Amino acid sequence: MLPIREGLIVAGILFTLGVVGVLVRRNVLFVLMSIEVMLNAAGLAFVVAGTRWRQPDGQVVFLFILAMAAAEVSVGLALVLELYHQYKALDTDAISRMRG
Amino acid sequence: MLQLLWLIPAIPFAGALLLMVFGPRLRSKAVAAVGVGTIAASAIISLLVAAAFLSAPPAANAYTQTLWTWIDAGGFHPEIAFYLDALSLVMIVVVTFVSFLIHLYSTEFMRGDEGYSRFFAYMNLFVASMVTLLLADNLLLLYLGWEGVGLCSYLLIGFWYQDPANGRAGQKAFIVTRVGDTAMAVGLFLLFHSLGTLRIQDLMHAAQNHWAAGSPYAIAAAALLLGGAVGKSAQLPLQTWLPDAMAGPTPTSALIHAATMVTAGVYLIARTHVLFELAPPIQFAVAVVGAATLLLAGFSALTQSDLKRVLAYSTVSQIGYMFLALGVGAWGAAIFHFMTHAFFKALLFLAAGIVIEALHHEHDIFRMGGLRKELPVAFWTFLIGGCALAGLPLITAGFYSKDLILWSAANSRAGSAGLWGVGIAGVVLTSLYTFRLIFVVFFGQASTPVSRRPGAAMLIPAYVLAFLSIVGGFDKAPFAAFMATALPALPELSRGITEAMSSAAAGAAFLAGILIAWYVYLRNPAASRSLVANPAGRLLHRFWFADWGMDWLYDRLFVRPVVWMAAANKGDVIDSIYDGLARAAALCYRVLSLTETGKLRWYAAWIAGGSVVMVAIVVFL
Repeated sequence: MLPIREGLIVAGILFTLGVVGVLVRRNVLFVLMSIEVMLNAAGLAFVVAGTRWRQPDGQVVFLFILAMAAAEVSVGLALVLELYHQYKALDTDAISRMRG
Repeated sequence: MLQLLWLIPAIPFAGALLLMVFGPRLRSKAVAAVGVGTIAASAIISLLVAAAFLSAPPAANAYTQTLWTWIDAGGFHPEIAFYLDALSLVMIVVVTFVSFLIHLYSTEFMRGDEGYSRFFAYMNLFVASMVTLLLADNLLLLYLGWEGVGLCSYLLIGFWYQDPANGRAGQKAFIVTRVGDTAMAVGLFLLFHSLGTLRIQDLMHAAQNHWAAGSPYAIAAAALLLGGAVGKSAQLPLQTWLPDAMAGPTPTSALIHAATMVTAGVYLIARTHVLFELAPPIQFAVAVVGAATLLLAGFSALTQSDLKRVLAYSTVSQIGYMFLALGVGAWGAAIFHFMTHAFFKALLFLAAGIVIEALHHEHDIFRMGGLRKELPVAFWTFLIGGCALAGLPLITAGFYSKDLILWSAANSRAGSAGLWGVGIAGVVLTSLYTFRLIFVVFFGQASTPVSRRPGAAMLIPAYVLAFLSIVGGFDKAPFAAFMATALPALPELSRGITEAMSSAAAGAAFLAGILIAWYVYLRNPAASRSLVANPAGRLLHRFWFADWGMDWLYDRLFVRPVVWMAAANKGDVIDSIYDGLARAAALCYRVLSLTETGKLRWYAAWIAGGSVVMVAIVVFL
């Protein structure tokens, strides 16, 4: 059985790493990967919480998150490809034509 | 016959509507036929009604015709109803008859004017409004007519609107009379609030039953009505609009600004005389206003050089006599003077119109002169009108009516020898300025050639009015007896001034005026120049010429402060609050739009930071 405290701390660390990755990395691919890390952190939190209450729901939600992540990555990668076609670059700061 | 009463205002109103809608498409002959025909019909009907009224007086000497209920709201249900008694009968007969003559005159005077049909539409509307005012059974309907004639006055003063000065004169007349009308409207509210009705007869009975003489309500109501009357009748302190109103066509000046509309104030006071009898201080104020106005306007008339402005000041002065009569309780004498004044003042304006038209619209009397031979008809009619105005003893109508007022001023309980003296001084002035006009315009050297002679349509009205200016005064005794059926008699109090003494004094005053005018303007013209040349004379001349500086005073007191406030508040102080709101919103938008950089990582950072803040709020609060 996973100890809830440590499990949540690991999830928090993973989520923070993901956020920092999104904010710091300029390469779109790395941003996508960081988002995956954040999603998995959330999934880990669900699983830990599920074992704490001895319920299968946490793991069920994790399956949903996996499916959602797969869909998100497929859309995301399609966008990345399109961006690369348009700009010949994967730098998010270079793609900033929509500003106020 | 009395049932035809409603047609008297209805026919001119229909004529006005017809001319407003179809006027521009009609030929000028048709326009003249409609414009004059409706008024002629109206005049004939009013004569028929008068004949019926005189031959078989209705019960209580009054006839009421109710057409329909105008407004029905709670306890307030004024009707469209006409009330005919001796007072309104005399007024409508004079108004419709003089209107008919002036309309006839206008067909020729206004010929070729591009606003021909517009002119007759306004004039017909004026007659309809004026008759409504006179016949109104309740004060609300009277107020409708009152504002209607004010509107027509405004429209006709600014008739030649291409000249901005005419438009300004119209606005001045409208705004100045509006001051009085506002007072009158407040007076109506007060009367309805405290007595619960606006029907004039009920109102008078209720006032007599509920208010003691000198009670504050009666004083307030009478004072407010006096405010309205003073504005409409161009008395002190609201007289400044009338001389400028001469910017309108001459028939307009004759009809509206001399014969009929400006006497509406006199009619109002005579109609509500019960209120004034209940408020002795205000009735005394009426007499004082009249006396002061007749003197001040007389002095102003002495200095004017515009033919029509002299006549305008003399109108103000003559209405001052009527107010004097009202103030001393000589109600019938005021109406008598209204009638004779309508005849001779309309005549003077019509003769002046002939002169002005003959001289290419020249208004300056010092550029006229010697017209006695060139325009004999204008000379004789003007002379008759002038004699009636100045009060040539025993012959002219003006003498009889003015004499009655003077005698009443001396022998009324409300009168005094002082008021009588002012009246006599006014006669000297009247005679002086009238004969100044006659001597300067018709005698001496001709200076402008005559370009056009009047036709029949302009001459006939002048002849008829000249006839009436003479015989109009011989019916003094029957007139007084007839008026006594509607208005109370003079509260007599002998002060030792007999009728013969008063008449003799008036006659002497008339002669004195002529002699001075003859000496100064015919015998020794250098005298008038030297009078104006010395500094005191020049100062007085300028002062009187500018109507005692009233326009200057009002300009400083009212016009400039308002204009200054408008200029200072051009940006609208109150609006700046809402402007500020809009500006704050725009500022927020600008600041927020700075955050929209297009940089994906910043957006993510804002979302993350925002989430942290939200979670923090939820967790810690």
